[in-house]
Amino acid sequence: MSAVAAQKEKVVAGHPIDQMLRHDRLPHILCPGCGIGPVVHCYAESILESGRHEDEHVCVSGIGCSGRAAGYINVDSYHTTHGRAIPFALGIAVQNPELVVTVISGDGDLTAIGGNHFIHAARRNVDLNIICINNFNYGMTGGQAAPTTPTGATASTTPYGNTEPAFNLSYLARAVGASFVARWSIFHVRQLKEAILRTMEIRGFTFIEVLSPCPTGFGRANKLSRGLSMMEAFRDRCQVENGAPQIGPLTVDITDTSKPIVLGNFLDEEREPYGPVVMGPVTKRGPAEWAAVRKTRYDDERHA
Amino acid sequence: MTTETDSAAPPLEPRVDTGTHFMLGDHAVAEAALAADLDFFGGYPITPSTEIAERLAHRLPRVGGKFVQMEDELGSMASIIGASLAGGRAMTATSGPGFSLMMENIGLAAMMEVPVVVVDVMRASPSTGLPTMLGQADVLQARWGSHGDYGIIAYSPASPQECFSLTIMAFNAADRYRVPVFLMMDEAVAHMTERVVIPPASEIVRVERKGPDKPPGEERFLPFKPGEDLVPPMAHAGEGYKVHFTGLTHDERGYPALNVPTHESLVRRLVDKIRLNADKIKMYNEYLVNDAEVMVVSFGSTSRSAFSAVHEARARGIKAGHLRLITIWPFPESRIRRIIKMGNVKKFIVPEINLGQMRREVERVTSLPVIGINSAGGRMITPDEILEVIAK
Repeated sequence: MSAVAAQKEKVVAGHPIDQMLRHDRLPHILCPGCGIGPVVHCYAESILESGRHEDEHVCVSGIGCSGRAAGYINVDSYHTTHGRAIPFALGIAVQNPELVVTVISGDGDLTAIGGNHFIHAARRNVDLNIICINNFNYGMTGGQAAPTTPTGATASTTPYGNTEPAFNLSYLARAVGASFVARWSIFHVRQLKEAILRTMEIRGFTFIEVLSPCPTGFGRANKLSRGLSMMEAFRDRCQVENGAPQIGPLTVDITDTSKPIVLGNFLDEEREPYGPVVMGPVTKRGPAEWAAVRKTRYDDERHA
Repeated sequence: MTTETDSAAPPLEPRVDTGTHFMLGDHAVAEAALAADLDFFGGYPITPSTEIAERLAHRLPRVGGKFVQMEDELGSMASIIGASLAGGRAMTATSGPGFSLMMENIGLAAMMEVPVVVVDVMRASPSTGLPTMLGQADVLQARWGSHGDYGIIAYSPASPQECFSLTIMAFNAADRYRVPVFLMMDEAVAHMTERVVIPPASEIVRVERKGPDKPPGEERFLPFKPGEDLVPPMAHAGEGYKVHFTGLTHDERGYPALNVPTHESLVRRLVDKIRLNADKIKMYNEYLVNDAEVMVVSFGSTSRSAFSAVHEARARGIKAGHLRLITIWPFPESRIRRIIKMGNVKKFIVPEINLGQMRREVERVTSLPVIGINSAGGRMITPDEILEVIAK
């Protein structure tokens, strides 16, 4: 047995979240230093601790690096079109309100191309949990500017510096009606997992912004290129202000080292979730009903 | 019917409004959707399809279905795909500008093989065009509107009664072939009020989706492994099979497989599952075809003028015949070839309220002269206009 093989032998002990990952999809496509892995990990842990059966969890993603998250999670999962994860997930959540539907996607996907769906789903308080991985740029396509790119930062489409102000996503979510709003970073995995768990309890539209490094797309162009550069920034500059009364001024500027980055569970006000008016008996299709459907399907010649 | 309910309470009103009605085309679509067990409607107001949404907003909640007015047509289309994947029968209704916005997710539905019904009530176009007036110029968009190659099914009703029957068939075809199905109405049919006979609920056939034949966990379920008919079985969110769906090129497990052989076989199957099943899917109506020397080919409301013109031509001793396309996609080309083989036809006439979209399809299958009678939209083509060309 070679030394490498011997080492592998040791590593195979298994991990508590193994059952929540699609092993046959690994290795993943993400770059070294990417923050999406820890988010997937926190989500997977939360599913296991949620007290809800895995089969009741659904994961929906849009397009981009973060959009690939759904592909690694071992629940019913959907990798949809760019920006449309939220209305797609709305269809699932409204059709079957017993499911816990989580949308994991990126800042560009959810708030640029998908911005309209985002604000209306929040306004309606649709029973969806949104985990928005904010890496300040479009990573998959190679580091273009996003609505979250800090003013002055360099991206492949802002070679002379970004002249636009950046979206404060948590402020946006609160303003448009989310029931729960939090901002954490992938340095704060315990708090992030607790926040995700909380959103799984709350019925209604919840929003968690997760600050995440993108050394390849964003870091290299902005003096944050080492795998640890942004993790250090999260460690050194983050301040926690749970329940912050004013999140408007708490804009994240990852490139300005003089400014703190404020994190926390900003809002937790559960209210009646969205549901269309239904007066008649609702069509219900849990596993038992599906079994019945299969039975009629194969017993009934007319439908063969 | 295999709809389970979680409540002993009966619906406030029946899903199937059995009886003889004097009914608007748009309303006939809504009533048919209810009769076909529609679970979820996601839509956005747009003339001239809005009456479908309005009728369903009133009726669907009373039979236990869900009506959602979305923020735009991008969201409408995405929401019905989600609802279908969660096990519901789902539809939307729109018109040209909204249809254009839906194209992105129509491609997703084709790629993910999700059964959905999309009603497009065609108005005069392009762009905003004549919003309240008729057109038939979205028919090629229905076939080719989203990027890439894929197969779809599209029906074209010529009367409110047919709006009812074809909507039921659209739901069944969508579930049977795991494909987006279009009901391509034109404004004249949508806003036409006529006799509509709605049969008893027991006479409304529901075709179920193919599903896994083993319970979850017994063996790996492959949601993209087709049967002999090229249609794969389907499992839904919450059913327990831990499915993965993606718009990326995917293998039989549904996992992204970004390589040429997988792409080649997947895309060819998406096209072939409609192409090779076309004989089972396609529908048309014929009138005096066997000895016809002049064949009029039409669809939608234009068929009413065409029928009248052919009838009148026969009265004048001209051997005219009429082929009315009920499915415009798949295009019934084999039937047209057979009509040509009979040896009598000397020319085809294709009246349509666009500048020659379906005429191209007829030209594709024959070297005989194909004459178009066209209007850019906003008005019906009259029987006299057609008769004049028949008589030439």
